[in-house]
This record gives sequence, C-alpha cells and structure tokens, in this order.
Amino acid sequence: MDLRLTAKAAATDAERAAVDEVLGPPPSQWEGGARRAQDAHQAFGGHAARGRRHQLITVLHAIQDKAGWISPGALDYVAERLTVPPAEAFGVASFYAMFRTVPPATGLSPGTVVHVCDDVACQVAGAEALCAEMTRRFGPEGADRVPTGNGFHGAGVTWQRSPCLGKCDLGSAALIQRAGTAAPRRDLAPVTPDAVRDALAGSGPAAGVPLGVLVPQLSSRTGPGFASPDIAASPGSGPVSLLRRVGRVDPASLGSYRAAGGYEMLRRALRLGPQGVIREVRDAKLAGRGGAAFPTHIKWDAVAANPVRPKYVVCNADESEPGTFKDRVLMEADPYALVEALTVMGYACGAEQGYLYIRGEYPTAEGRLAHAVAMAREHGFLGPRVMGESFAFDIEIRRGAGAYIAGEETALINSLEGKRAEPRNKPPFPAQSGLFGQPTAVNNVETLLSVLEILRVGGPAYAAVGTPGSTGTRLFCLSGCVPAPGLYEYDFGVTLRTVIDGAGGVAGGRPLQAVLLGGAAGVFVGPQALDMPLTYEGTRAAGATLGSGVVLVLDDTVSVPALLRRITRFFRDESCGQCVPCRVGTVRQEELVARLAGPVSGEPGSGKPAPLGSVAAELALLKDIGYVTRDASICGLGQTALSAVESAVKLGLIGTDFTGTDFPGTDSQGV
Amino acid sequence: MTSVFLETPRRLVDVEIDGQAVRVPEGATLLDACRARGIDTPTLCYLENLTPVNVCRVCVVEVEGSRTLVPSCSRTAEAGMNVHTDSERVRTSRKMVLEFLASSADVSLASADVRRWIASYGVDPSRYGSPAPDAGAGERDAARPGEHHAPAGDAAATVGQPVKVDNEAYVRDYSRCILCYKCVEACGEDAQHTFAIAVAGRGFEARISTEYDVTLPDSACVYCGNCIGVCPTGALMPLSEYAMRQAGTWDESRQTVTSTICPYCGVGCNVDLHVQDNTIVKVTSPLDSEVTHGHLCVKGRFGFEFVQRRRREE
Repeated sequence: MDLRLTAKAAATDAERAAVDEVLGPPPSQWEGGARRAQDAHQAFGGHAARGRRHQLITVLHAIQDKAGWISPGALDYVAERLTVPPAEAFGVASFYAMFRTVPPATGLSPGTVVHVCDDVACQVAGAEALCAEMTRRFGPEGADRVPTGNGFHGAGVTWQRSPCLGKCDLGSAALIQRAGTAAPRRDLAPVTPDAVRDALAGSGPAAGVPLGVLVPQLSSRTGPGFASPDIAASPGSGPVSLLRRVGRVDPASLGSYRAAGGYEMLRRALRLGPQGVIREVRDAKLAGRGGAAFPTHIKWDAVAANPVRPKYVVCNADESEPGTFKDRVLMEADPYALVEALTVMGYACGAEQGYLYIRGEYPTAEGRLAHAVAMAREHGFLGPRVMGESFAFDIEIRRGAGAYIAGEETALINSLEGKRAEPRNKPPFPAQSGLFGQPTAVNNVETLLSVLEILRVGGPAYAAVGTPGSTGTRLFCLSGCVPAPGLYEYDFGVTLRTVIDGAGGVAGGRPLQAVLLGGAAGVFVGPQALDMPLTYEGTRAAGATLGSGVVLVLDDTVSVPALLRRITRFFRDESCGQCVPCRVGTVRQEELVARLAGPVSGEPGSGKPAPLGSVAAELALLKDIGYVTRDASICGLGQTALSAVESAVKLGLIGTDFTGTDFPGTDSQGV
Repeated sequence: MTSVFLETPRRLVDVEIDGQAVRVPEGATLLDACRARGIDTPTLCYLENLTPVNVCRVCVVEVEGSRTLVPSCSRTAEAGMNVHTDSERVRTSRKMVLEFLASSADVSLASADVRRWIASYGVDPSRYGSPAPDAGAGERDAARPGEHHAPAGDAAATVGQPVKVDNEAYVRDYSRCILCYKCVEACGEDAQHTFAIAVAGRGFEARISTEYDVTLPDSACVYCGNCIGVCPTGALMPLSEYAMRQAGTWDESRQTVTSTICPYCGVGCNVDLHVQDNTIVKVTSPLDSEVTHGHLCVKGRFGFEFVQRRRREE
C-alpha cells in the first residue's frame, strides 16, 4: 500500500525508540528504517508489515507512555511500520481516552494526566468535593498547568474527570498517566489532592508494585485484603468459592499458588479431555458473569466443534461497568488462577493462543498478571508442552486504552485487531468468525474462575449450589452508603436484603432510598425490592438485572437526579458512535435528563430549564428514545443505555409529577 | 462453439415477509427479499456498490424469534424466517432513527427518497427543542474521546459547523453528515484504496476526518470524488455545485442528464453529464454501470472544464 505521510516533523528519537521497543528495529527503508542499497530495487514489508497491524494499540501505548501524546510524526512512523494509513491510525488513536492527540500547551513538555474518578460510586462518596479541590490546586479541568513546587521541571499536569476506575470500595480513585517515567501508569486509591501531589512529586509510595514482594495493595475494606480481619466474611461459605485464595496466597508467587491447590484443575482438565471439560461446564449450568448471562458451554462447544483453525480464546478483563471492581480484585489477588483458567479454556476449545484483554486503568493488576504469565511460561504451565502434555498454549496480555465499549465482546475483538472498538453486527457470532475471522470464545474473568471451581467440585455438585436457574456463587460489588463496602461472594439465591446487611446495612441506620443494581447499564430498585432473590430468574421476574454484580446502596440523602446526570453523561461519552440509535439517543437522553433534573454543581447553566412542553411530554419522549435504542442498537451498550433512567422514572425518583407511562421491556412487579 | 457463462446455481430459500411467501437465492439479504417483493425499505448507509456496514439502522425489520430488530441490509435470509416490515416496533424505530438524524444534522439536501421517508414516518425533529448553535471551526475536530460539556438541556445538540472549503474540487459540509461511513468505504477498501479519510473520535463527537484534521491537499486524497458519489445527504459536494448553490443559481429543474463515455483513457467509464444552461455542472456515474459501479477518477469526475472553454483567452 502506498502511504502518503503528512506530518511536518518526523518522529523524535524517543518516539522511534518506543515503537522499536515493541516491534524491533525497522528492517528496511520501506518500513521506516534507514535507506539501504537494496531498498531501491525490491519492496520489503508488504504482507509481513500489514500482518502486524493488530499491534497498533500496543504501539500507540508505547508512544503515549514515552512522549505523553501521539504526535503526527510518531503516528507516521507507526503507519510506516505497520502499513496502516495515517487517517486510519488517527481514527484509532482518537477513539481511546488514554491516548492524547493534541499537543501540550505551548512551552510545556507533555507530562502528566491525572484521571479522577467521578462516576456513580465515587459521586456518592463525595467526588464533587474532590474535583472542586483538584480545580483549586491544579487549575481547571483539562488545562495543562505546571504546579508550583519542586520536581515538576516544566512538565505540564492536567487533571480530568474519569469514568469508573474500579475502586468503588475505596471511595475515591485516580489513574495517573505520567509520560517518560518508569511507571507511566499508576492507580491511586483512595485519593486526595495531597496524595496526587506527592505521587507527582515522587515523594509518594514507590511507583508500581515491585513483583515478587508480598504487597498486594488491597484495601482492608475490600474484604479480601491481604492482612485484613474481615477476609473470612467475604468468600462464599459453601463448597464453592471464587475468593478462596484471595488474601491467602501471594499473588507474586507461583509456589504459593500451587501450595494452595493451584494447577490441580488444569491437571484434572487434561485428564478429562476437552469434551470432558465442556461436559462439566454444561452440567454445572454455568452462565457468563460479564452481564449477559449466556450459557458458557454453548460458546465453548461451538468453538471446539468448529473445524476451522487456528482458534482463539480471549479473557475479557476490560471491567468498566461503573460500580464494578470484582475482576480487579481477583486479578490483583489471585492472578495465577486466571492464567490457569484461561489455559483450561484454551484446552477445552482447542485453541493454542489466548489473549487477555485488560483495561488500561488497571496497571497493578496488569503487572501481576504479566508476572504470572511469565512465571507460568518459565515453569512449563504455558508453552509448547503445557504440563508436559502434548498441548501447546500461550497467553498474550493486551492493554485497553480507555473505552467502556471495548468490554463488548465483538468490540473487544476489534480492539485486539488494532482497530476502533466498534462492536460488530451479529451474526456471525465470534464462535464462527471472531478474532482475525477465526473461531473465538470470549469470557469474563469471573466466569473463567468459576470454571476452576466447577472442575474442583465437579459439574453436578456445582449445579447443586444456588438455585436451579442460577447455579454456583456470585460476586457482589458493594459500594455506596454501607459501612463495609467491598467484594462479597454468596451462593445464588441470596436476597438483596441479606447482601446489604452483610456489608453492615445502610450506613448510620439511615433509610434506604434505592439501590443501583448491575451498574450504569442496570436498574434502580426501591426498598420494596429488598426481598428479591439475586438470581438471574429472580431479577428478571422483577424487571431488574444482576448485570456485573453491582450493588450501589443509596440512602435518603443521595441525589438520584445527580446520579442520573452522571449516568447519562457516561453513556454519551462511552457510546462508540457507530449506530444512530445509540450515538444520538444517548445525547437526547442526557439533554432530557438535564431538563428534568436541573443543573448539577460545577456545570454551566443556572436554574432548571423548563421541560419541553410538559413533564408528561418529556416522559413520552423518553419512552420513544428508550424504545429505539433498546430495539435497534447494534450492541448491548445502546440496548441498556436507558435502563437506569427508565427504572428511576418508574420508581418516581425523577419526573415525579407524572405516572402511568408503560415502559416496554421493563415491566416490573412492585420494583 | 460459443461458451455461455452461467452463474453457479444457487439454492433458493423460502422466507415469509409480512405474511407473504418470498423465495430468494441463498445468500440474499432480507433487504434483497423486501425489494424483490416491492416493499419500500428505507436505507441510508446501504449502497449496492459498498459492503454493508449496518450502522444507520433505518432498514431494520422484525424477525420472529429475534430479541431485537435486525438490519435487513446485512442479515442473510434463512429458510423459514418470518419477517415483519411494518410492525409497530419497526415503524417506531425507523421513525426515531430518522428523527435523531433530522434533529442532529441538516438533511435538507438529502435525496428525495430520504425526504419522502421523513414525511411518511411522521418525523418531528422539533420534539427535542431548538437546535443548539453551530460549533466553531475545528471545535468538533478537537474533541477528546470520552469528554464533553454537560448540556443544560435547553437546546438539542447538532453536528453543525462551518463548511470546509480547502481545495478546488469539492467541499465538505459536515453539518450535513449523518456518519453513514459510505465515504470512508468508497475512499478505502470498497473502491479507491486511498484511505485519505477515516472515522475519528467517538460517540456523538465521532467524525469523518483526515489524520489530525489536515486539509485535503495535505492528505492522501486523490480527488477521485467517489466519496461525493456515495454521500446521501449532500455533505460532500463538487465545488462547482456548491458555488452555484451559494449564488442561488443551482436549479435541478433546469438540468438535463446526458449519458456518455468518459473521453480520457481506454477504460470507457460511463459518465452522466448534468447540464444546466448548456454548461456541465456536475458529473456522476450510474451505480449499475458494469464498468464503474458508480465510481470515477479525478479526470472523469472533475475534468470537464475543457469542454466549456471554447476560446483560448477564456
């Protein structure tokens, strides 16, 4: 392909070095290297270079981490190396929130971006006050500034609001992107402006988590904290428990994991054979835990039975649903288990290559997983002969770059291919045509770890836990107005009341106003739903959803309209923009909720704009918007983008001077 | 002996559309089936000469057993499918899609078909309030993914922005863009393989853009104009047409269309010359041409001025 490169300035040496670190030095002038005599006579690159296109996002990460932004020169160099047209590469770079494509303010070297979480759980915990303080200390949101003090050396600092960073149990969180340092991404929680300042000035705790050292920085309130007294309360008390090793094994030590029974399940799987593993998963009636609750064995069986090779298995660790942090805790505390589980999945599906797609906002978890994969490879648990058997399997970790939509399985596949994370239309399903057009199975972290438990106790025994329609255990991410937010595991069938009581009930004995179940894509339920069993069938019957296991508890002091404004902002920001119902529907929803809820603090506009026509007209409009996004959007993001607002209307939490709208698809029974 | 080329025989599949049995060749889409039945099915991002991207969702139909509506342009007909094209669900979604587009982009220059659908589905863009003021030049291009100013709700956001005029061949009026991806496809894999433009940004701030929004002369654009040929809303327009529209002299009722062959090279592309007042004002190529499939090169599409310059001093 002829590429026309347009940058006025070539890539700097540092930018080229960052790219070459990932791709190796350029082999010819055709791929951006120095001119050699033979380059004039023969074309190099071609298919080989185009075949590396899937590394585009990895390379963009390398540049962002080194230089702080993707400059036109650097993008051109990437285009040459991977034979990607610059316009297309820019389309990818400008899709992801962690890549910056605008130059830093004049006179500043591109430096640091501090992403401060202001999503639903942090809102409840006081994110607005934190953001106000950040503005006071670091200037207005989104502006490059040089903080006064030592250690900044003219490097700009920008702070900006961020969607959920998966630290909802800690009350506040930040992700610090710091270009050109040994730890270009750091997660910080809980966060204060002082902590940010210390981290930036280098006087905070050591950047990153040294591997091989026993320091899982889990909060004591996360339940599964390493030295936390309330660990015991969190894992399920029955025979099945995903959290059994959390806090009990050293996440950096393969030996510690094996001493706790690690890799016995892979051994068992190798004895059962691929079909045997799938049979156990089927007998266990395992449903996917990512939110859609699709039967896992059907996916696996479809890929295993597909004669096309090669096949791929993918672990979806792009946990981004606001209020969800279960996968992060599992990956930070028990990384080897995920490596083992993905290996089992590869074995069952007949794949030789697995990909683990982890969101870019989880540097700690990513570091531990990378270490675990390296250790597993070193000890023969990954590689050409896994555990000495004639089964070859390896895992590559890929990092997301800030896009909620990348958690949708076909969007994730596009992202793995180095493209914009736009969902694909189904059919064809990934089992027929997935990653690189090959049969592919994608599963969430919690689902994969459940497979290990199934192998441990056996499929029928696993199915005996929980209810007939919802087998096994489920992780619940408790946050909001409870004294002990954290990750809790229960056998399916537990009621909402028990789960909230398990975290100490509503904090301060205040009355419960509502619970957000399942995250931003979930629904609000009121106090009358407390006895609802948290099962797939129980929530479905009540017009609710389990989603990703979010239980965000709201007492009577929380402003639900403000939360709704945050949720509608979230969906507008995170819509990929591909299909009309979601791209425009999320905008119209946000405008409508703004009219109903009025302005929130720190945002322009004074006074509450009068609803168009009347509140009844607004709600009729909301109904229509909900109808088309649910029925005609390409993927689950659009299809669930209005469910929280619609449920809040039904509960009378917003738009109260109107009743009687019959919302399709959310018919409730007193919820 | 003369050899006669026969297509590989294809099996036929039976589907039911709106209660009527339809038999289509295997591999045909539901849209093919609907059109074979003469059912008026709106489309925006679909074009016969491009790969379906199924993003506009205006062609959705209801397939019994499917949880959501399915895009007819890309869903293959399967034996036994029971399809409804005029149910309440279908009508509501089509109306809303058209309403979303009409309330966020300027569709006044869209094709007569589009305007007919807007009228027949009862589209009312004013339901979302008055349109918000246009963005300044470059403002939408500078949007960062995952960020926007929270609206007060008093006005409906639009993609309004100034027209981009940066070359002598054509203009880009992205106020009219409905992001159907057709121009990207025509520029890239489906026709030209130039890849000068792509979709950048995300969400409502997603836009058609060159890298870093560089001007077209700086970009890889070769001015084939195939993006203009596929644009359904007049967002992309030859400069000649744009200038006449600005001057108020563009009048399609006074135009004739003459089909001929491009005079430049030996390929023999079919061209349609749009003539107003004995002057060529625009050149297109018919979609069903076996030579061009609707696509031309810079000479065929823009190289007509010499016809009109009879004297050297002009």
